[in-house]
Amino acid sequence: MSIEVSSVGKRFGSFVALEDVDLTVADGRLTALLGPSGGGKSTLLRIIGGLEQPDSGTVRINGKDATRVPPQRRNVGFVFQHYAAFKHLSVYRNVAFGLEIRKRPKAEIRARVNELLALVHLEQFADRLPEQLSGGQRQRMALARALAVEPSVLLLDEPFGALDAQVRKELRDWLRRLHDEVHVTTIFVTHDQEEALEVADELVVINHGRIEQVGTPADVYDKPANDFVMSFLGPVTKLGGRLVRPHDLEIHTDGTAEGTPAEVTGLQRIGFEVRVTLDANGEQPWSQVTRAQAEALRLAVGQRVWIRAAV
Amino acid sequence: MDSRRSTQLIRRTIALLYVGVLVLVPLVVVTWKTVSPGPSAFWKAISSDQAVTAFRLTAEIALASVALNAVFGVGLGLLITRYRFPGRRLLSALADLPLSVSPIVVGLALVLVYGPVDGWFGSTLDSAGIKIIFSLPGMILATTFVSFPLVLREVVPVLAEEGIEQEQAARVLGASAWQRFLRITLPIIRPALLYGIVLSLARSIGEYGAVLVVSGNVSGADQTQTVPLLVGERVQQLEPGAFQLAFLLIVVTVLVIVLVFLRRRENESKHSEPPAVVLDDLALSAADPAPTALALDRAASNDAASNDVALDSVAPNKGGLR
Repeated sequence: MSIEVSSVGKRFGSFVALEDVDLTVADGRLTALLGPSGGGKSTLLRIIGGLEQPDSGTVRINGKDATRVPPQRRNVGFVFQHYAAFKHLSVYRNVAFGLEIRKRPKAEIRARVNELLALVHLEQFADRLPEQLSGGQRQRMALARALAVEPSVLLLDEPFGALDAQVRKELRDWLRRLHDEVHVTTIFVTHDQEEALEVADELVVINHGRIEQVGTPADVYDKPANDFVMSFLGPVTKLGGRLVRPHDLEIHTDGTAEGTPAEVTGLQRIGFEVRVTLDANGEQPWSQVTRAQAEALRLAVGQRVWIRAAV
Repeated sequence: MDSRRSTQLIRRTIALLYVGVLVLVPLVVVTWKTVSPGPSAFWKAISSDQAVTAFRLTAEIALASVALNAVFGVGLGLLITRYRFPGRRLLSALADLPLSVSPIVVGLALVLVYGPVDGWFGSTLDSAGIKIIFSLPGMILATTFVSFPLVLREVVPVLAEEGIEQEQAARVLGASAWQRFLRITLPIIRPALLYGIVLSLARSIGEYGAVLVVSGNVSGADQTQTVPLLVGERVQQLEPGAFQLAFLLIVVTVLVIVLVFLRRRENESKHSEPPAVVLDDLALSAADPAPTALALDRAASNDAASNDVALDSVAPNKGGLR
């Protein structure tokens, strides 16, 4: 179901968390709110979930004004960074919680919980307490718990933030596949641009309480609205006072080619890539080339080359 | 090696001696003085009208105080940990005051406020026919006052440590304020609450100073003498029967503490049993240097990656998740 946020503002004391934010999230999409810490993305998510009240503006969920509706009546699913597992309840009872509150028949609850535990691959852990699960398993339990009540929207606040890099990566792929199966409108908050680019249908870049850009991952990456978005989404370097992606910085050894003359000041090999640091008219741009390219160009420190931005 | 063992021995002996002299010896003496006059003296000491009334009064006061302390301790604990308001720190500091103020002073203060002759509200209450000082309400008030922080101080650290996220999660899942309290908050604080109640109960049963001042220590028709007060009177008047009552007070208190201790241990062992299963699961990967949680998760995620059939099997139901 769709979400419409219009001119929402929120302050904490003198700190402006959100300023005049407008955002529309279409039905069934997987949207990432991306930005640096303290940029307001979690606050926006919590306002959509009803855990914070905006100072101004409105939130509409599926066309209905939900601004003053308390969270317990919004029918949203919320997943917290630190799982917020009910420690005294088994995995089964955790997932069943929302259904028990809604006083559904026992048989229906059992069927639904078992179905969800299968979906998140925790069937064999149903009787365990959350403290007996790993972080990744706890977060999958939290996800099943949020999905159990058939929420109109699913909100995830830095869902993988507390996990190891390895588990993070696996859960990220898994969330993408899950969303392809279960097309619930989903918004997740992250400060990890790689996570956002990899998982989301749509990116919303937020900084200093304002939305900087909204678009598909490809759009936002290729056509950043401003320097902030450009530098937040990936590595950048400066050539002629302009921001360029290092992998778009072409190096030519042929003197007839157009470009800025430069000198190679360093070569650093990192896995499959080679980082070429350069000196061009007092600027120190760097270029990311493949090992094969570096060998074909026979790059060496001190060499005179010509560089230009491909995009 | 030998010298280390002997230092250990010395340390243990000192600790045992200290506890023995401080706690054990007086308890043994009281027990001895209770038992030695024989069973008929024991029965006589605890079955007199005065003693029975004292027991009833002590029980009434203790139950009322504990109930008040439990309700307001939890309520105030929630207020202090869940809300930010001006005066919060002051409130928290004030709540500790009863522990540091002498009970006699507490009793005197209550008399000054509610006393029938020159208390602040005394004459107003007196003309309305409400008697507080020298009667049950005043004694409950005094006992509640001196034992007030015991529940609060047990509950606050747990509430602060667990934070508000579980309650928020329950809220988003549709739970009302009352449902959140009963299903989430109360189970979280239950062990701490139970312990606070026991401490408060022990304190209420044994309170002497504050109750002495506000009760007037009246015996006879309108008896306001609780068990500790009666013990005090019998000791001072060199009447028989003081040790028997004291012994009974000690037994009741020890019994309550032991019961709670056993319950607590039972709960803990219930919680610590299942992790053994987790360890069993990991027994195969014991040689793996990876942290156990990670190893477990990897195992489960690999399972997820290879098992697309599982995802397909729930696909027909996915409409329900929209």
